[in-house]
Amino acid sequence: MKKLLSLLLAVLMVVGVLTGCSKPENPEGGDKPEDKLKIGVILVGDENEGYTYAHMEGIRAAMKANGLSDDQVIWKYTIGETQACYDAAVDLVEQGCKAVFSNSYGHQQFMQQAATEYPDIQFVAATGDTAAISGLKNFSNAFTNVYESRYVSGIVAGMKLAELEEAGMIPAESYKDGKVLIGYVGAFPYAEVVSGFTAFFLGVKSVFPAVTMEVIYTNSWFNITAEGETANTLMADHCVIIGQHADSTGAPAAVEAALAKGTVAYSVGYNVDMLAVAPHAALTSATNNWGVYYTYAFGQVVKGEKIATDWAEGYKTGAVAITELGSSCAAGTQEAVDKAITAIKTGTLHVFDVANWTVNGVHLNELKIDLTGDFDTDDAEDKNAIFDGYFHESEFRSAPSFSVYIDDIFEK
Amino acid sequence: MANKEPLIRIRKKDDRPLYQKILIKIVFVVLALLIAALFINSVTKLNPLDVYASMFRGAFSTKRRIWITIRDTCLLLSIAVGLTPAFRMKFWNTGAEGQILIGGLVSAAMMIYFGGKMPNAVLLVVMLVLSMVAGALWGFLPAFFKAKFNTNETLFTLMMNYVGIQVIEFFVDVWDKKQSHSVGVINSETRAGWFPSVFGQQYLINVLIVVIVTAAVFIYLNYSKHGYEVTVTGESESTARYSGINVPKVIIRTMLLSGALCGLAGFTEVAGISHTISTQTSGGRGFTAIIVAWLAKLNPFIMVIYSFLIVFLNKGAVQIASDFNLNEYASDTITGILLFCILASEFFTSYQIVFRHKEEQ
Repeated sequence: MKKLLSLLLAVLMVVGVLTGCSKPENPEGGDKPEDKLKIGVILVGDENEGYTYAHMEGIRAAMKANGLSDDQVIWKYTIGETQACYDAAVDLVEQGCKAVFSNSYGHQQFMQQAATEYPDIQFVAATGDTAAISGLKNFSNAFTNVYESRYVSGIVAGMKLAELEEAGMIPAESYKDGKVLIGYVGAFPYAEVVSGFTAFFLGVKSVFPAVTMEVIYTNSWFNITAEGETANTLMADHCVIIGQHADSTGAPAAVEAALAKGTVAYSVGYNVDMLAVAPHAALTSATNNWGVYYTYAFGQVVKGEKIATDWAEGYKTGAVAITELGSSCAAGTQEAVDKAITAIKTGTLHVFDVANWTVNGVHLNELKIDLTGDFDTDDAEDKNAIFDGYFHESEFRSAPSFSVYIDDIFEK
Repeated sequence: MANKEPLIRIRKKDDRPLYQKILIKIVFVVLALLIAALFINSVTKLNPLDVYASMFRGAFSTKRRIWITIRDTCLLLSIAVGLTPAFRMKFWNTGAEGQILIGGLVSAAMMIYFGGKMPNAVLLVVMLVLSMVAGALWGFLPAFFKAKFNTNETLFTLMMNYVGIQVIEFFVDVWDKKQSHSVGVINSETRAGWFPSVFGQQYLINVLIVVIVTAAVFIYLNYSKHGYEVTVTGESESTARYSGINVPKVIIRTMLLSGALCGLAGFTEVAGISHTISTQTSGGRGFTAIIVAWLAKLNPFIMVIYSFLIVFLNKGAVQIASDFNLNEYASDTITGILLFCILASEFFTSYQIVFRHKEEQ
């Protein structure tokens, strides 16, 4: 019994020490006013996930560029697209953040709710699309013009097709009505994805006109297995190039495996360099350089100014890029890429130039986009985005809005 | 020498006094903290006390964080309590996820179609009743087939989760106006169908509901004839039949209750917390609650402690990621060590290790 009592006493002491230490020594709960500016970031993943990793790199670059120290940016990792996002946003506000950024589309509704409740704090839902229609002064969206780099990655794929055809390496089954079949692993059938694969397809077509593309959706932004299986399905249909708008390495890895077994197939990735998982099959990846945006946005916060409601920039400011060309790329690819990038920068090349695509055989000269968020284009506020000979993507709002299927792109 | 005993024997001992049981638990929790501390220090070179302090801050350092911790504890608790009647009957209800989702779905539907068309109090009552009916229906189907055809309830309830998820996916697309595959915050301007703040506390109603449900379930199971029938049916169906208990009726009645309580948790989540509906509404809590219910040996009051523990660990995980850049694997490891030690302590509360020499005395 005595032993028990002494044990109990010892345990109580340990617990006492622990809880004693647990008293917040440096309260960061916002109950102590801090002079230092603070910014909060809410991330859907962490450094193990390519999409979030790209954002983290951007945020670090922005901290450096704006002279922000480590304790001025508060990070929240692996916050789901649920109430947890709202809780995290409010928690960051209570910790004294003057601006809160979130990086995933599904965070948007919760960020908007927080923005309604804290009008003095700026909220940014990156890749979102409701800031303008919300009418809130402290709520913004941002998106890179990734369609530009997708177009350029399409050029890389087109060069490869031309090389393969010249060498007679494209199997007969891969021709459909005289056009070479390529495939695309899409995440969801939303405008963001449609705009992306259309740009990619137009890039391919600019180099290799006789081409047609099959799209299959995985209905998930990140699913290694599903993306790999979808790539396998596309290759079983004899697609020669597998593009993707999904965040994992599943598709490139599947293409690499198939290539090793003798299938003629190459991969164009997204977000990160895929050469590590597909050293022979990966041609390049379209990427975002979020540092450009975060540097701008953090700068606005430091200056106490409003962040643009809709921000969208591309090659001109370096916000998009393609990754290092793989060793399988055709000769002359780099030159073609550089030429296209220069043309995009100088404004002589427009990705959605109406001369290059048709819908049901017709060159469009009007395409209204939905700007009210009701997913129809009947409202007075909805605008026609085709003028001066091209579709003006991401100019009326930062999120992509090109959502029609053009000829030669099909879903099975 | 004739009756040679092994050096160590294990003897069943289930008559330990309560203070001993509690003491053993505390010792093992401390042990878990020490092992986890060792792990933290060896892998990350951080001071474990700093890490624990950070976890503590994650759950408690502001008034709001305390309330969120309480809110989430209550939600998890209400599901664990909802599972209890079925588990007491040894009916393995793994379908809480689906029951929560479907209860939440009905609540969201009422908010969308009737928000602003009736007084908020009436709307909330209608939502409460209908969400319980929906959850009960989700519980009724597997119970009916179990009672009539002796189907496997574990698989049946589990599969009902996937039906629930698909139903939600369908309605999310019906209600989603932007083709963004999300419903958005429902009635964010009118707040129709939202729990009102009581005494300035946003989440007080959540707490009240759970307190009432927990107490009611405890009384129902331990002090009512129904509760007795549930226990007897769980112990042995033959005994139950022999003593004149209508076993199919008890199975169906108990699962109606269990499903209804999980549906109620869905209502609390939608009306009281997130104000939206998605497949994430249940967020895996339907499964986590099974762990809670089991660790607490189906005692609703002990479940309070374990619900709290798991929520605390979740909040701590977010905070140490934020403070020390430790990703979720680190916090998962800590959680794993703790749960493992708690399970180990179960062994020592019910068994005793006997050494040979001690026996000779």
